[in-house]
Amino acid sequence: MKIDLFIPCFIDQFNPQTGFNMVKVLEKAGCQVNYNIEQTCCGLPAFNAGQWNEARQVSEKLLNEITPDRNFVCAGSACTGMIRNSYDLLFQNSSYHNKFRQLQKRTFELSEFLIDVLKIENLGSKFSGKVVFMDTCTGLNGCGIKAQPRKLLEQIEGLELVELPNQDECCGFGGTFSVTNSDIAIHLGNKKLNVIKETGVQTVVSTDYSCLIHLKSIAEKQESNLKFLHLADILAMGL
Amino acid sequence: MSAEQNFHQAVKKSLQNTELQTRTAAAAAKHQFAVAEALKQFADLELARNRAKYIKWRVNENLDKYLIDFEANLMRKGGKVIWADTPQTALAEIEQIIKKNQAKHIVKSKSSICNEIGLNEFIKAKGYDLTETDLGDFIVDGFNEKPFHGILPAAHKTKEEINNLLNQKISTSLDIELNEMTKDVRDYMRSKFFKADIGITGANFLIAENGMVCISENEGNVRLASAFAKTHIIIAGIDKILPTLQDVDLFFSLLSSYGNGQRLMAYNSIVGPKNLEEQDGANEFIVILVDNGRSSTLASHDQREALSCIKCGACHFVCPVFTNIGGHSYGSSYTGPIGSITEPLAHGLNEYKHLSNASTNCGKCNDVCPVKIDISNHIIRNRRDNINAGNETTGEKLAWYTWTKAMLSRKNLNRSTSIKNFTFRQLYKTAWGAEKEFPKIEEKSFNQLWREKFGGV
Ligand code: SF4
Repeated sequence: MKIDLFIPCFIDQFNPQTGFNMVKVLEKAGCQVNYNIEQTCCGLPAFNAGQWNEARQVSEKLLNEITPDRNFVCAGSACTGMIRNSYDLLFQNSSYHNKFRQLQKRTFELSEFLIDVLKIENLGSKFSGKVVFMDTCTGLNGCGIKAQPRKLLEQIEGLELVELPNQDECCGFGGTFSVTNSDIAIHLGNKKLNVIKETGVQTVVSTDYSCLIHLKSIAEKQESNLKFLHLADILAMGL
Repeated sequence: MSAEQNFHQAVKKSLQNTELQTRTAAAAAKHQFAVAEALKQFADLELARNRAKYIKWRVNENLDKYLIDFEANLMRKGGKVIWADTPQTALAEIEQIIKKNQAKHIVKSKSSICNEIGLNEFIKAKGYDLTETDLGDFIVDGFNEKPFHGILPAAHKTKEEINNLLNQKISTSLDIELNEMTKDVRDYMRSKFFKADIGITGANFLIAENGMVCISENEGNVRLASAFAKTHIIIAGIDKILPTLQDVDLFFSLLSSYGNGQRLMAYNSIVGPKNLEEQDGANEFIVILVDNGRSSTLASHDQREALSCIKCGACHFVCPVFTNIGGHSYGSSYTGPIGSITEPLAHGLNEYKHLSNASTNCGKCNDVCPVKIDISNHIIRNRRDNINAGNETTGEKLAWYTWTKAMLSRKNLNRSTSIKNFTFRQLYKTAWGAEKEFPKIEEKSFNQLWREKFGGV
C-alpha cells in the first residue's frame, strides 16, 4: 500500500531520527512511503494560539500538497486531531471543504493506522526491559487512541508494559500554554514525571514528541536518566 | 496590579500549596466517582445530553423572546421583574426593596450570582443583618473568602478549620461529630429564618412559559428562605431560562447528577408568586434579571453556546488547571474551564485573556459537560477573537510572523540552525522557565536529511 507520511514539525526540527523510524516501521508493515519534501506543519501551533489566519495559510499549504485518495499517516496524535477535528473550524464552508473532508477520512496516527487499518499488531520489534506508555490528551480525548499503542507495545519481544496511575492526567504541555503559563505547565510536568519515577521504569513511550519534549526538558534540568521515546522509535528497534 | 498579574501571582502561590492540591484532588476524585454512579440513571445519556444541548441552543437563539415571555407570565401571577444590566443596578434595586420594607433581617441562600454582584459585602456594609444559610457558603463567608467551587464552596477547608470557625461563630463544641455540627448549624439557621423579613435566593432555572422559578438544593434552606420571609427576591442571570415546565425534569436530573453526583437533589422547588387563596409563601415575589456581560457573550456568535452552562461544576473537577491552581486563583466570579470562556467575553477579552490562555486544551471538560458545550474550542476562539480585535503584543506579532514565514516555505524552514535556535530562544527566553532545559534544534531537520538521502533540493 502506498501511503503519504506526515512528520510533525517537532520531530522534523528536534528529533529527525524519529522520522526515519516512522519510515522503517511503515515499510516493515508493507507500505511504500511517500514524503512530500515541501511539507512543513499542520498549522496546530497557530490554531491553538488563536492565530487562525496564520493557521489557515499553513493548513492550506498542507491541503494543497497531499496526494488524493492516499492514506495520510502522522507521527503524532496532535496533528491527527488537528486535521480530523480542528480543520472543521478552519475550513467549514470554504472552498477547501471537499479537500479537507477527504483528508480527514484518510488521516491516521501511526498506531491507529497499524492496528485499525492494516490490522498488524506484531512487527517483529525487540526491546528488552520495562516501559511506561504515556497517553496524550490529543490522542486520548481528541482521537480516542488508547488500546492501539498498547497492543503494539505488548507485542514487542522482551518488552514489559507498565501502566501509569492517572493515565488521563495532562502532562501540562498544551502548546503555547507552556509559554503563557509556564508555572502550571512545569508543575503538571513534574507531577507526571513523579508518577513515572514512582514506577521505577526508565523508559517513557508516547505517540507525540511534543509532550515528550516538554517532560524531557524538565527532566534534563533535574539530571534524571529517564529516556523518552516516540512510539515509532521503539517499534523500529530490532527491525 | 492588572488582573493578569494578580492571576499569575495567585497561581504561583497556589502551586506551592500542596496540601490544597491534595484536598482538591480528593474532592475531585470523590465527585467523579459519585457522578459516574448517578449517571447510571440515564437509559441513554447521550440522548439526554444532546436534548439538553438542543433546548439550551434554542434558548440562546431566542433569548429575547423567552425573557419577555417569562416576565409577562410572572407579572400575570402577581410577581415582579427587575432588569439589571450591571451589578450596581441590581444592588441599588435590592437596597430600595430593603428600605421600602424597613427590613432588618435578611436570609440568603447559596447562589453564585450573589457572589458575582458582590451582594454580601454590599448588604453588610449598609449595616443590615445578613445570614448566609447554606452551610458551605456560611463557612466561606465566615472566613471572609469567596467560594472555592460553585457547587462545593468550602471544598478546600479542613474539618478542623471548620470546627474552629463554628466554635467562634455559633459556639459549637470543638470536638463535635459531623451530624451534631449540622444540627447546631440548623438550629442557628432556623432562628434566623423565623425572624427574616427578606429572603434572597438564586435560581437554577426560570421557566418562560409560566414565569416559575426552579431551585434545586440539598439543605432545604432555599425553601425556607422563600417560605418564611415576607419578601422573596430571586437574583438570576438572564441565561437561566428554560422554555417549558416539561424541560425541568431533564435539567434537574442532569444538574444534580453532574453537579453533586446525586440522581436528584433532596429539595427541588418550583416556586412562583403566592396565589390569593394560598396561605404560605412570600407576599412579594421579585425576580432580578442580571445581565452583567451576558449579552456580550450572546453577541459573540461562535461562543454564544457558553451561555448554555447550567453551572454544575463538573468541568472544573476534571480540569488539570483548576484542580492544581484552585478556584481562588482565577480572581473571577466564574472559574474553571467555563469561566475561562465567559469571564473574558463578559468583561473584556484582553483584560481577561490570561483566563483564555489558562488551558492546556486537554479536552476532558468537553466529555463531562451535561449540555455538551464545545468548551476547549471556545477557549481557543476567545484567543482568536482577542487577536482579531488587535490586542496582540508586538512581540507576539513578530513571533507569529516569523513562524508563518518559516512554515509557508520549506526553504525558509531549512535555513541555518543557529538562526533558528537563536530566534527560538529569543522568542521564548522569558517564558520558557528556569526549570526547563531548552530543547535543541538539530543541525539538520528530517526534511533536509531526507532530501540528502532521496534527492530533491
Ligand atoms: S460548562 Fe458544562 S460542565 Fe462546566 S459547569 Fe457549565 S454545564 Fe457544567
